[in-house]
Amino acid sequence: MAKTELEVSAIANGTVIDHIPADVTFKIVQVLDLYNHPGAITVGTNLASKTLGKKGIIKIADRFLTDEEIGRLSVVAPNVTLNIIKDYQIIEKKYVQYPKLIVGVVKCSNPKCITNHQPVATKMELFDEKLKSLRCVYCERVMQQNEIELL
Amino acid sequence: MPRKNSIFGALIQIVTMQNNFISVSDLSKEDILSLLKDAAKFEANPNQRLLEGKVVATLFFEPSTRTRLSFETAANRLGARVIGFSDPNATSTSKGETLKDTIKMVSNYADVIVMRHYLEGAARYASEVTDVPIINAGDGANQHPSQTMLDLYSIWKTQGTLENIDITMVGDLKYGRTVHSLVQALSFFHPKFHFIAPDLLRMPLGYRDFCVRHNLEYDEQERFDEEAINRTDILYMTRIQRERFSDLREYEQVKNVYCLHKAMLDNAKPNLRVLHPLPRVNEIAYDVDESEKAYYFQQAQNGLYTREAIICRMLNIQL
Ligand SMILES: [Zn+2]
Repeated sequence: MAKTELEVSAIANGTVIDHIPADVTFKIVQVLDLYNHPGAITVGTNLASKTLGKKGIIKIADRFLTDEEIGRLSVVAPNVTLNIIKDYQIIEKKYVQYPKLIVGVVKCSNPKCITNHQPVATKMELFDEKLKSLRCVYCERVMQQNEIELL
Repeated sequence: MPRKNSIFGALIQIVTMQNNFISVSDLSKEDILSLLKDAAKFEANPNQRLLEGKVVATLFFEPSTRTRLSFETAANRLGARVIGFSDPNATSTSKGETLKDTIKMVSNYADVIVMRHYLEGAARYASEVTDVPIINAGDGANQHPSQTMLDLYSIWKTQGTLENIDITMVGDLKYGRTVHSLVQALSFFHPKFHFIAPDLLRMPLGYRDFCVRHNLEYDEQERFDEEAINRTDILYMTRIQRERFSDLREYEQVKNVYCLHKAMLDNAKPNLRVLHPLPRVNEIAYDVDESEKAYYFQQAQNGLYTREAIICRMLNIQL
């Protein structure tokens, strides 16, 4: 099924984000600011998936994600797969991994944190690999996955 | 300390080869023990002019007379000169100068900066914008690592070791940053914790979780009585602040329950010592002061020796 679908809306060049947990598909659209992308975008969600139950997939023509964008992506959807397409061929598959250090993407949930008061970029380190919780390098507040808010 | 393997596990190395004293979570077991040994040398001889010609800045963006006097006395007894401010209203900070700019400016003058700030993470950030060593003298409710060192020194000195100590923490365990840091720092030394607090002020989940991750034995109870006192080596009392309670009647009840009287120490172990970060309100009755088990005034004095040790360590001065 994945095969036919890929052909239906195949892209010549760009990025396919696959294996997205269905509930964060639209969050990714937001995080990557795809609203302002001039090229073609296909968003599918609630698609059948053997491993995830329901998954999402996003195909973005003529766009290759920067490391910073991959970092942002990984915060909302760790474990997605990135297919880099050139000339209708997958030339590279990237398995997004949760970064050990996230700079300037996640807001610190502590209202008394310096990053919420002075021009300081936030810096979060992975606190618990399994729970995907983060710890602010500055104020040391630990944020659970469901508390994580993007800047 | 240069950032290295912390007790939170593998932290990311953030490029700092310089010395900083920001957080208990940066300290290794070896760091702690070697600082305690240095502090003992300063207790034996507090006046050592090791910092002749050096300038220590004390920047108190939030007033704290007790901590500032302790650091400034430490600097003076080491022969350093002290510059700084104790009232941020007197500086351009009140005109909206950023912390970065203040730190950059002071870095031109000082060999080491001791800073206290009401914002959490301020000291870590300051350490990123300067090459001058930063000593955190308190950043909001987050860290106050020199307080932890003097607590550790007091335990080490009165018990002869940090290993296998039975420690009972009483009072406000929710907001009390000293007890949180102490839990972190003692994690290297096989402690046994008893957390005694009203439900409203119990040890936060994050720190109970920390105990579980580090295989630290702990139990919790609300009742504070002789039974709890008689089994323990260190009784660490903390202040319960009225502001924490929305219901003042509840505060009135609680404040009388978590209060130590001299008679309660009658059957305590001979080695038991009572610690308190000070200032106290009424959680330790004045009659306890006469007990040989009361140690909180010496504990505060130990702050001088541990701070002398910390300042020298930041400047790579060997004792
Ligand atoms: Zn923070």
